[in-house]
Amino acid sequence: MGNPMKIRAANKDGVTEVKVLVSHEMETGQRKDSAGAIVPAWFITELVAKHGDKVVLTSEFGPSVSKNPYLAFKFKGGAKGEKVTVSWKDNKGDSRTDEAAIN
Amino acid sequence: MNNQRRTVLKSGSGAALLGVLAAAGIITPGMALADWNKAAFDAKSMADTLKALGVSGTTDSKDVQVTGPDIAENGAVVPVGVASTLPNISMVAILIEKNPNALAASFVLPEGTEANVQTRVKMGQTSNIYALVKSDGKFFMATKEIKVTLGGCGG
Repeated sequence: MGNPMKIRAANKDGVTEVKVLVSHEMETGQRKDSAGAIVPAWFITELVAKHGDKVVLTSEFGPSVSKNPYLAFKFKGGAKGEKVTVSWKDNKGDSRTDEAAIN
Repeated sequence: MNNQRRTVLKSGSGAALLGVLAAAGIITPGMALADWNKAAFDAKSMADTLKALGVSGTTDSKDVQVTGPDIAENGAVVPVGVASTLPNISMVAILIEKNPNALAASFVLPEGTEANVQTRVKMGQTSNIYALVKSDGKFFMATKEIKVTLGGCGG
């Protein structure tokens, strides 16, 4: 399941800025361990952000997104107290969803 | 050494490559929502990646901005951002030319979401970063070179 994401959503002048910090290894599949064996790739492939029921961002990641991925984006609308939900899926089929209220 | 000129030369050759790709006309749209685009992420070169993304012909645009450091001391965490003032942007992608797989991330922006995303990427070596943006069904690009300091001296 992974660790919880840190999500901050703040509304200013009718635009909500969302910042997400995901806890994930994002292993590229290029690295070798001390024994010389390749460390298998393990990374987030999809991340979807919703405001209420409306999708506000769909992203696809490759392994070259940094470990513990950070993402910031803005959408129009959103009011204080409303929910922003972020879900991710990785290449091993693991997934996680967290939500935060807009400030 | 005139760095500006070198950058122009590099981006010039990139544009020529894209021209060839567009002329070849063997491009099929392949972006589907919630269906990870394996072909695009597995593609090694810029040209193959663009093909897999269904991109047909791109224009360099001043209205697309790539933000990032000029020099990244740590290639494992390089903050990059893409912003654009073009209308009706539905897709944004970040490509790193010299990484083993050029495509780092792609974003589908529904109406109401601003064309302004920031993230952090890994870079194996000094490379041009390309921002690809789809506006009104057409593709636009911008580029920026980020130098990666491999030694630990932070010089």
